[in-house]
Amino acid sequence: MTVEELRDQLGLQVLVGGDLTREVTGGYTGDLLSWVMARLPADAAWFTVMGNVNAIAVASLADAACIVLTDRASLDEEARNKAEQQDILVLCSEQNSYELGARLAELLKG
Amino acid sequence: MSALSFDYVVPGDDFTQAGAASSDVKRKLKKIGYDADVIRRVAIAMYEGEINMVIHAGGGTAHVEIDSDKIYVILEDHGPGIKDLSKAMQEGWSTAPDNVRSLGFGAGMGLPNIKKYSDILDIDTKVGEGTTLYMTVFTDRNRAGGD
Repeated sequence: MTVEELRDQLGLQVLVGGDLTREVTGGYTGDLLSWVMARLPADAAWFTVMGNVNAIAVASLADAACIVLTDRASLDEEARNKAEQQDILVLCSEQNSYELGARLAELLKG
Repeated sequence: MSALSFDYVVPGDDFTQAGAASSDVKRKLKKIGYDADVIRRVAIAMYEGEINMVIHAGGGTAHVEIDSDKIYVILEDHGPGIKDLSKAMQEGWSTAPDNVRSLGFGAGMGLPNIKKYSDILDIDTKVGEGTTLYMTVFTDRNRAGGD
């Protein structure tokens, strides 16, 4: 599945775009950055409420496919700039991480 | 390939700059064409080290040597040192202050993550003087422990 398909299937809004053809092969939810860093698989969609500049660094270093900000969490300006510089795709949703993660798991299974 | 080396200054108390050195190393490794898993392991281990220096030590320096069979990183700070290294190596044990936790850090995963992602990790720390981490990531993980 591509990030574009993920956006369409989960009804996400793109906050920082780029190459939406990037493949998503899994998902992860979590907000403690070091914890996430240790476990976030490469090419995963990362569901989180952390919209700060350090979250962008974690997504970049761990090679996540994209960040999905859940529960209407906001992306701060500094983080937006960093995401644009580092080509990190950031999407958002009103739904929570559990709901979105469960839906992604179903989609990847099917 | 002969070793390439790079040096960075990690500024203290500036979370917006934390990760600049590891991001640059990641870019360089990608450009050279290292395996994605090797790049990821170096980037994560080094980032955790940078964050530790920002949180605990007022910054420090990073020295990176890139060779065909391994990437070697030295992170050095002149912070307070680690009082109890065996506790600091345990997942979940942290002395990070609350303002750092609110940024999403302080999960007590820093050193455990560095150990997990490096093939060799040596730590030289002295209370009141500082801490130096020596990390090696082999490009072929089968070599780890084989020498």
